[in-house]
Amino acid sequence: MMVTLSHYLTLSALLFTISIAGIFLNRKNVIVLLMCVELLLLAVNFNFIAFSRYLDDPAGQVFVFFILTVAAAESAIGLAILVVLFRGRRSINVQELDVLKG
Amino acid sequence: MFTTFLFYALSTVLLAAAVGVITARNPVYAALFLILAFVSSAVLWLLLEAEFLAIVLVLVYVGAVMVLFLFVVMMLDINVTTLREGFLRYAPVGAIVAGIIVLELAYVIWFRSDGLPVGTQLVPRDAAYSSTEELGKVLYTQYLYPFELAGMLLLLAIVAAILLTMRHRPGLKVQDVAEQVKVQRGDRIRMVKMKSESE
Repeated sequence: MMVTLSHYLTLSALLFTISIAGIFLNRKNVIVLLMCVELLLLAVNFNFIAFSRYLDDPAGQVFVFFILTVAAAESAIGLAILVVLFRGRRSINVQELDVLKG
Repeated sequence: MFTTFLFYALSTVLLAAAVGVITARNPVYAALFLILAFVSSAVLWLLLEAEFLAIVLVLVYVGAVMVLFLFVVMMLDINVTTLREGFLRYAPVGAIVAGIIVLELAYVIWFRSDGLPVGTQLVPRDAAYSSTEELGKVLYTQYLYPFELAGMLLLLAIVAAILLTMRHRPGLKVQDVAEQVKVQRGDRIRMVKMKSESE
């Protein structure tokens, strides 16, 4: 039995689902939420790379390259915001961040 | 046969690490599990013969992003117990949403995949094939503008991250380069006319 495209798609679907469940489970801890977003992007990258290999088209890998760039920028800015937030509020609990609630 | 074994072994490690990320009590453990997930997916990408991106994943993610995560986790003094409140209360909702997504994705992957090569066997590329070269060929021709935009985006991220975390503390002695450059002779030297004195 060989590994086919379906195997990779199923693996990526499972990874995506686990990280969605993680967003629900850890909905108070912003750091773990950011980590779950990284896992989501990894699952998407898996799909791109698998399709790129099985359809024999390097464009999929280009998109993975761009997603990696955007994800790195996103986590850098996200963590910077987190640090500023913690400096001001002494907490990263999502439920205490309700100043804009009105 | 060996690649099949490798695929299943690495997939198991990857999914276990992902479960570890979302259930770890301590954010440091979550970050370490995430590193394990990234490394095992880099090896899986090697199985898919995307060598360049596998190395980039290890260098950029494990080398830079996860170190950043660990730094932030250590820098912040987090009270883990309050953040864990409601962990089990939201577990059913998460399980329901996850189950729905699994069903949808399974339906799409297994029943609506007409026209996709879902069952084809991979033919290994010959040794002279370079995925880096193929990627470079399209990246610097067809995707040149997106590539430059990506560079601008990284610059923007640097500027934004530094600007966000920079603190102006009063009373700090720093050099003001602009002030130093625009200084005139008259600001520093005062010419004094005086008679020469002799004893």
